[in-house]
Amino acid sequence: MLDARDLAATRSDTTLFSGLGFALAPGALLRVTGANGTGKTSLLRALCGLLMPSAGEVRWKGEDIRALREEYWEHLLYIGHANSLKDDLTATENLAFACGIAGLTVPHERVHAALGRFGLAGRERLPVRVLSQGQRRRAALARLAVGEAQPLWILDEPFAALDAAGIDLVQSLAGEHLARGGMVVLTTHQDARINAPSVTDINLDR
Amino acid sequence: MLSTLRTVIHRDLLLALRRRADLATVLLFFVIVVSLFPLGIGPEPNLLRAIAPGVIWVAALLSCMLALARLFAADFADGTLEQMLVSPTPLGLIVAGKVAAHWLTSGLPLVLIAPVLALQFDLNQSLLGVLALSLLIGTPVLSLIGAIGAALTLGLRGGGVLLALLVLPLYVPVLIIGAGALDAAAAGLSAQPHFLLLAALLVLAAAFTPWAIAASLRISAE
Repeated sequence: MLDARDLAATRSDTTLFSGLGFALAPGALLRVTGANGTGKTSLLRALCGLLMPSAGEVRWKGEDIRALREEYWEHLLYIGHANSLKDDLTATENLAFACGIAGLTVPHERVHAALGRFGLAGRERLPVRVLSQGQRRRAALARLAVGEAQPLWILDEPFAALDAAGIDLVQSLAGEHLARGGMVVLTTHQDARINAPSVTDINLDR
Repeated sequence: MLSTLRTVIHRDLLLALRRRADLATVLLFFVIVVSLFPLGIGPEPNLLRAIAPGVIWVAALLSCMLALARLFAADFADGTLEQMLVSPTPLGLIVAGKVAAHWLTSGLPLVLIAPVLALQFDLNQSLLGVLALSLLIGTPVLSLIGAIGAALTLGLRGGGVLLALLVLPLYVPVLIIGAGALDAAAAGLSAQPHFLLLAALLVLAAAFTPWAIAASLRISAE
């Protein structure tokens, strides 16, 4: 479904990676590891179509994602390094907006249930500004609990700032997603224990 | 798709409501700049009447500039912009929603308060309607054109000054036509041709700038 061929990225004249290729089928997990500054985020942004790779192409169902554009993004759930939360809005409002932008119509109860699953029950009405770093990450990741309609999840450091229970929750959600035929791409420094029918590892250290 | 547009406008209005101080700064800037001229020039009714259209319009341009720097900056900093870039809704539509919300919170208040400020210039009461109408049609054009500059200078150091240098020359036609509407009305002529020209600019800007803004954002966010 998602294929990358001969991908390369450069940042201010240094080559981050080159000749990178892989193919992901439904149910496949791709783990991207590597030291800081080796281009993990750049690789993920290239897979999202946010960054133009200096060489190579990314294909979704055999077609270049740059030609598909909105048709590809319909299938994509991307959670970046930044939480994309607005400090002045509540967790509920943030999650509802994120779903709206992603073209999903999620009923109010599901938004609440998703936040509850991420341990934010009772804090939904507080502005995100007053939440802790870990709680903010949880509020951002709550999208995973309503993201079953998007087959491709691309997660940049999903475990950063999370406690052990939070990491378990994300791992089990990713496992469920893979079991129903989704695909997950993630970068991590930890050992991710996710039940996956097939796992591909890419290490960007050289 | 239109529901996404509504979501974007609703969120930006909600954010503006939670951060009312930002709205007040733009409006107060406009009030102060316009009020400085009668204070500096002194009680010379004929002179004040003559410069009123130009002063009010220039102050409106500068206030619009002031508000523009914030248009995409917060979304860029917290990652929301990336979510908009990978949205299945065309980016041009999302951007149109953002600009619409921006105009409602920074352009419309200027339109409403300008006739009151014009009293300081002893402007004939029959001209107050013309002033408000010219600003009503003209300020959305300013927001639309300015948003291209805001998108291009996103994340640059010293982006604020660069934004002004990029955008202010593009505002010149709107300024000439908008202030010209008042001059024509003051001379006893019909201001209708000016309104029609402004409306034509608005239609053109509304049709084409969202796509230019979207393309600029994709470049800036890369």
